[in-house]
Amino acid sequence: MNDLTPTREQRTAALEGMGCKRKRVEDIRFTQGKGNYVDDVKLPGMLHGDFVRSPHPHARVKKIDDSAALKVPGVLAVITAETLKTVNLAWMPTLAGDVQMVLADGKVLFQNQEVAFVVATDRYAADDGINAVIVEYEPLPPLVDPFKSMDKDAPVLREDLVGKTTGAHGPRKHDNHIFEWTVGDKELTDAAFNKAEVKIKEMISYHRTHPSPLETCQCVCSFDKIKGELTIYGTFQAPHVIRTVVALIAKLPEQKIHVIAPDIGGGFGNKVGAYPGYICAAVASIVTGKPVKWVEDRIENLTATSFARDYHMTTEIAATKDGKVTGLRVHVLADHGAFDACADPSKWPAGFFNIVTGSYDFPTAHLAVDGVYTNKAPGGVAYRCSFRVTEAAYCIERAMDILAQKLNMDPAELRLKNFIKPEQFPYHSALGWEYDSGDYHTAMRKMMETTGYAALRKEQAEKRAAFARGETREIMGLGVSFFTEIVGAGPSKNCDILGIAMFDSCEIRMHPTGAGIARMGTKSQGQGHETTWAQIIATEIGIPADNIMVEEGNTDTAPYGLGTYGSRSTPVAGAAIAMAARKIKAKAQMIAAYKLEVHEDDLEFDIDGFRVKGLPEKFMSMKDICWAAYNSVPPGMEPGLEAVSYYDPPNMTYPFGAYLCVMDIDVDTGVYKVRRFYALDDCGTRINPMIIEGQVHGGLTEAFAIAMGQEIRYDDVGNVVTGSFMDFFMPTAVETPHWETDFTVTPSPHHPIGAKGVGESPNVGGVPAFSNAVNDAFSFLGSTHIQMPHDFWRNWKAAKDLGAVA
Amino acid sequence: MIPGSFSYHRPASVADAVKLLSDLGEDARPLAGGHSLVPMMKLRLATPAHLIDLHGIAALKGIRRDGQNLVIGAMTTQHELLASDDVARSMPILHEAALLIADPQVRYRGTIGGNVANGDPGNDMPALMMTLGATYRLEGPGGSRDVAATDFYQGAYFTALEPGEILTSVSVPVPAAGHGYAYEKLKRKVGDYATAAAAVVLTMAGGKVATCSIGLTNVHETPLLAADAAKAVIGTSLDAATLKKVAAAAEAIMAPAADARGPVEYRKHVGGVMVTRALQRAASVAK
Ligand SMILES: Cc1cc2nc3c(=O)[nH]c(=O)nc-3n(C[C@H](O)[C@H](O)[C@H](O)COP(=O)(O)OP(=O)(O)OC[C@H]3O[C@@H](n4cnc5c(N)ncnc54)[C@H](O)[C@@H]3O)c2cc1C
Repeated sequence: MNDLTPTREQRTAALEGMGCKRKRVEDIRFTQGKGNYVDDVKLPGMLHGDFVRSPHPHARVKKIDDSAALKVPGVLAVITAETLKTVNLAWMPTLAGDVQMVLADGKVLFQNQEVAFVVATDRYAADDGINAVIVEYEPLPPLVDPFKSMDKDAPVLREDLVGKTTGAHGPRKHDNHIFEWTVGDKELTDAAFNKAEVKIKEMISYHRTHPSPLETCQCVCSFDKIKGELTIYGTFQAPHVIRTVVALIAKLPEQKIHVIAPDIGGGFGNKVGAYPGYICAAVASIVTGKPVKWVEDRIENLTATSFARDYHMTTEIAATKDGKVTGLRVHVLADHGAFDACADPSKWPAGFFNIVTGSYDFPTAHLAVDGVYTNKAPGGVAYRCSFRVTEAAYCIERAMDILAQKLNMDPAELRLKNFIKPEQFPYHSALGWEYDSGDYHTAMRKMMETTGYAALRKEQAEKRAAFARGETREIMGLGVSFFTEIVGAGPSKNCDILGIAMFDSCEIRMHPTGAGIARMGTKSQGQGHETTWAQIIATEIGIPADNIMVEEGNTDTAPYGLGTYGSRSTPVAGAAIAMAARKIKAKAQMIAAYKLEVHEDDLEFDIDGFRVKGLPEKFMSMKDICWAAYNSVPPGMEPGLEAVSYYDPPNMTYPFGAYLCVMDIDVDTGVYKVRRFYALDDCGTRINPMIIEGQVHGGLTEAFAIAMGQEIRYDDVGNVVTGSFMDFFMPTAVETPHWETDFTVTPSPHHPIGAKGVGESPNVGGVPAFSNAVNDAFSFLGSTHIQMPHDFWRNWKAAKDLGAVA
Repeated sequence: MIPGSFSYHRPASVADAVKLLSDLGEDARPLAGGHSLVPMMKLRLATPAHLIDLHGIAALKGIRRDGQNLVIGAMTTQHELLASDDVARSMPILHEAALLIADPQVRYRGTIGGNVANGDPGNDMPALMMTLGATYRLEGPGGSRDVAATDFYQGAYFTALEPGEILTSVSVPVPAAGHGYAYEKLKRKVGDYATAAAAVVLTMAGGKVATCSIGLTNVHETPLLAADAAKAVIGTSLDAATLKKVAAAAEAIMAPAADARGPVEYRKHVGGVMVTRALQRAASVAK
């Protein structure tokens, strides 16, 4: 060896593999405005479609008169439910087993519902056309409050379901009832409550909000009459699922459907479902023989495509006097709006809400969820969280604080007392999950030490005394949150979407010069897959990440996968990537053995190639093996170096974290200041620490927005009043607090590289931290629970109701 | 969010603009920075058939001294106000308030003329102009006239502008040397209009308030001058009892609408808080 021979460290660093803060390769085009988004797709002769929408939340549609619209220059067609009926597409199936109107069929059920689709030569003409369509409505009484949906005299919303006593998830109790879902042992739980020394009960609401990605939902559909092929460019988080859904409902052969998801400007769950815009654009293209583009505007995105949350959770905990939890009972009233278009695995009408026992060792628990219809937009997507996991985390984390307050115990101490212990993993929860790994005590103690938790509590006590003496008008709150997520849907034993198991996939092809291309069934919307996926391969096979091109989103070239949402990409596709890479490595080993004239077992993998054990100078690099794969493979072996893996995970993964929010609130205006926010995340093996940090920053910012003001609100008569960024709280860099991040590492024992997924943790854990901080600030004035969102006026109102403001 | 069709005109002089406006009548609207008008057009809440873009008129730009007044051309952008040393030195409250309008992008385009002529109670400049005792120069088919800011606002989006008239400049008396000032604005985020805001300009003599004027933004369908509240502080040292009285006097003339910023009761309450805080801060910077 001479001085020029790279050291082991240098060889490892050159790969930019797992653990490396590799810069995001996709950002080169994004930061220069050179991304290729759906709205950048411009096809020859392309037409534009846009919707006539209902001004009423609930009304009968008496008549649609399109005669004036068809006279508007540039308008070519007006599609209504009657048009769609001729191709049997007036209604479409939802992911939750319900059906949804594509265009108003006799009735509208929420404000801004799609009523007619105007197709024109450009977007301006389409909008002029919309304004010329005359729709006659007969208003019906709106149903806005979910708690009144099952009243005897409640207006019946879904006339198509009248008389149906069973839905997709079992019996229905009322015409506006969708399903009841129960989990856990009721008798045991009731018994625990009967003999409980201490009990708390609170109705904890998680308000309706919206993922509101920067880029709205959009598509371009192009039908080739000669070939009978339909090409769809769209903002799809799950392109393969879209292809299958289109094949099933449009009765087109699946090989003739090409779904392409180009660059996507954020999804956060909003782009999982199928929307009327996609169907209408496809039908319009089939009818006109021209490509048709549909691009949602911001108001449409906020008010018509999938909302998130809207869970009203009556929560009870039973405990001993010294603070050991003995039982949990939760009833959820889930407001699904006009159609159940919730994006959950098919058998899970309330997602994985049964993770609601959180990080605590509850001996018994019982959960019941009732889903109901109201005159609101449909949806119920997982907004940067695994299915309904953020609702569950908020529910239990708020309830633990309420219990701590009742017991007069510190909330951190109560949590430490009830955590599942490291030696209890794999842990079977009372509501049916098997937690893979965790070390909650270490994470919590690290949070407390790093933030100086005890000193902060002392300062809070002093501030409270000063407030009581009238020396300050500011109150201080500490929001503790310790969450356990359940991500990586999912094992085929319990997860499918429309009958397709929720595996994911990877195909790797190595080229002769030591480079390669890798394709997956996932689809990045900003998560940085092009960067991190190459890092996994780099470490696994010893080829620099820079030499691996990652491609996703084209259903013709990518292997079938279920897409990106629910923090499933790393737990599922990440595993498929490692497994495919290991197949490549195994074949490479055989080639190296042949070339080095030794037995395979005499070789060991060494960073970027294979070495003969005991003979360090006998080494063949992966780069050279790639070349050999195309000219001198062992006799009987097929040439080439490719592999495919379809990974069906044995279990979910369970990331966790300890968060602390320190907040000051001015009681006279309700204005808050987030003084400090500390987030410790444990997502197992860390593939790219910089990307993790970016994900945590983004998720915390969303959590901040949701907890502190972001909501989709309807007035008493069903008008949506938060339809633009003027009123829908979208914080800018100015409002966003400074984030302190930290970590522990507890690998997943069943995942090939031990990774757990992190993209959604900060939203899940962040919301309770903010809300607990507000609630903690007010608790000494006598409150137990203040509902979110905690915007300025509501904070002031809380202070006023508690007598702190005259 | 796509506007209807309209025709576009770009006159080179005030006279041409006035002529276009009077010839085209009701269907024509002047276009300044477009940051209030264009959003309304995108929602089709405004559907002018003609836009008369004022950007081609050089005479409408610039900030100059005219004796004891600063005269600001209508097409001067909020960014240009912020960049002006003269404004920063002689009228720091104008600098402070301009900085609280929206974000840099909006301020590069939005003009003072558009802001004061718009008639939206959410605009920050109108109440400030009333507080400073500004007058607006209006030019129309019948010549020009000056209207005091205090006489200009008649209702939401309803002003003293007559058909065919444009606002060409704003003339603002420079406040006394050593005056105290503050613009306190409560908003939910950058880019939001005020939940409530208060402008205060005062002078102090011997630790007591000698003169005072108070303006209020977005707590009524028009901007307000809180005359009774201002009177109540004269001769006081802004003790707690006075501040309480003043806040109550200011709240008494407020009639905000309930909106996503909060219910009426809250918006009035924080309106009073903004007045109190603006008074305290103004007094603390007065010399
Ligand atoms: C996101 C956002 C946030 C904002 N936040 C604030 C805020 O916090 N505070 C605030 O004060 N403003 C705010 N604005 C409004 C902004 O300041 C506008 O620029 C301003 O209200 C209007 O000025 P303009 O030059 O853009 O006028 P335009 O939008 O062009 O015109 C507004 C109206 O005035 C008329 N007009 C314009 N100039 C004249 C003239 N010379 N003579 C007669 N009529 C005329 C027009 O016909 C139109 O009716 C915000 C705007 C946006 C987009």
